[in-house]
Amino acid sequence: MSYELTYEEMNHVFDSLRLHYKIYAPKRLKNAGRYCNTDIIRYKEIRSLEEIEWNERSQYSPKEVFYPINQTLFHFTEYGFMESQIFDKDLLIFARSCDIHGIKRLDKIFLENGNEVDPYYKRMRDKVHFILMECPEEGWESCACCSMGTNKTDDYDLAIRPYEEEGRVLVECKSDQFTSIFNTYPKTTYQPAFVKKNETVIHVPKITEDMVADIYAFDMWKDYQTRCIGCGACNSVCITCSCFNTIDTTYTENGKSGERRRTWTGCMNDGFTTVNGGHAFRDDYQDRMRFKTMHKVYDFQKRFKTDYQMCVGCGRCDDICPEYISFTHIINRLYEEVEARKEAKADE
Amino acid sequence: MNNPWLPEKHRILDIIEETDLESTFVVEFPNASIRHGQFFEISLPKIGEAPISVSSFTDSTVEFTIRRVGKLTNVIFDLAPGDDLYIRGPYGNGFPLESFKNKHVVVIAGGTGVAPVRSTLKHFLHHPQDCKDVYAIAGFRDPSHTLFENDLKAFVNAPHFHTTLTLDNGQKEGFKEGFAMNYVKDIPFQEWGEDYAVIIVGPPVMMKFTAQECMKYGVQEEHIYVSFERKMSCALGKCGHCKINETYVCLEGPVFPYTKAKTLMD
Repeated sequence: MSYELTYEEMNHVFDSLRLHYKIYAPKRLKNAGRYCNTDIIRYKEIRSLEEIEWNERSQYSPKEVFYPINQTLFHFTEYGFMESQIFDKDLLIFARSCDIHGIKRLDKIFLENGNEVDPYYKRMRDKVHFILMECPEEGWESCACCSMGTNKTDDYDLAIRPYEEEGRVLVECKSDQFTSIFNTYPKTTYQPAFVKKNETVIHVPKITEDMVADIYAFDMWKDYQTRCIGCGACNSVCITCSCFNTIDTTYTENGKSGERRRTWTGCMNDGFTTVNGGHAFRDDYQDRMRFKTMHKVYDFQKRFKTDYQMCVGCGRCDDICPEYISFTHIINRLYEEVEARKEAKADE
Repeated sequence: MNNPWLPEKHRILDIIEETDLESTFVVEFPNASIRHGQFFEISLPKIGEAPISVSSFTDSTVEFTIRRVGKLTNVIFDLAPGDDLYIRGPYGNGFPLESFKNKHVVVIAGGTGVAPVRSTLKHFLHHPQDCKDVYAIAGFRDPSHTLFENDLKAFVNAPHFHTTLTLDNGQKEGFKEGFAMNYVKDIPFQEWGEDYAVIIVGPPVMMKFTAQECMKYGVQEEHIYVSFERKMSCALGKCGHCKINETYVCLEGPVFPYTKAKTLMD
């Protein structure tokens, strides 16, 4: 069921929702971007529609709301550990279609991989409700969501389309728990529109197990030995990157209390594979790029036997790379190399 | 709810100095679920966590042989018997000892790789009926790096063990010179048909070349097991540090059959 509200009415709805929910949306932070006089769009708690940035994709994904960059696992004193606590409210998160798909990939790692459910992820994830945001007709320049099958979703509770100039919004309400809030407003026929076609297209390589050793030896990876600087920016903005470090830190000068926290990291970072004694596997940038690529378009699907890849085609990594390396281009290049190898094998 | 991240406090019962850099910590652990070749995450508040292999265990204790190489291990070395250690686990896939019954067991270990196989060797020492016999080669870098003096003596003297001790450099009574790999030729694989299993644990380069050396003497890769070292930060399959290809070393490893291990390329 869909409804039409004015901005003022929707803001009143937000006021009542905030009794039970923290509402997060992409927000433009002035002059907080990477370069002088540039902005950044990140997920922040909001109170009104006016705070939301609708027209650009956020640099950071909604992942940072419920899987924070720094997350406390335990507080400790000299004598032991105490589990950290969290707030009681649930979470309402504005997200694009590809973001909602991306979070399904994160769920695979934290909730399904191994023998244990990660309790810190789960307690936050269980709070999440999505408000779908629409995208421009073809998405943004670096989007490739149609290729990855993440351009459409029906996994959301609310969908909101703003008409900023007119000061009104259309709301689709798919979830029963929100119906009572909206049913006093005029009904309409709104259904969210999804991207049907992208400017950028990804061809996912069709890899079989017998090819993997050859792929590791492809010359293409050598290009990234010098181009990639191992900054890990792509890992940070990727909605499906789940890797983290666990670090103990102390609060006081005498060092008698503190916390154990986990902090995002990524396979592109230095130190990611360094073991005690100092040896690092995958010390070369080309090996990290190969590892990341195979993880996104082969290893994940192989492990979890999904009908989708880990990469959702959001394009954030392409936009953020300081060396202008396009991950989309890497995947397409891998596709071409794999096809060429198949033809060469067929000729033998 | 049960929190798999929460380390539990356990008392240190004894500390045995092995070398200038390595000591074995005997920790109270009343648990019968440990498998040979598994590891624990050892933890101290303020310092952090590290994965350490099980070096030995009984019904009421677990032993860790720790080398002093980092922040956490430095602080662990300041502890004394009676102090507490925080540990969680055990984790990982161990050696499949049940499949070694009625087989000749070959164990080739290098350096600190001797620690994870020590419990396996001690098991066969005390339960000779669980295999046909044991051929063990333990290689160390030099006389100052040799570990487990008393256990090595027991392995050398046991009637159903054929034990070779080697030093890469230097000399010591009871030790032969050269790499552990060089003595693979003395193992009578040809006489055994299919009734054998080989365990190789050590630095990655040593494992690779020793496995190749074994195959040179007719060993089939299906009979070889290796144990991998990686940065097993969480041991739960979440942090991603130990992932190789689509495999997580903390979940499917650290013990792998060689048929799988050879595909794990980094």
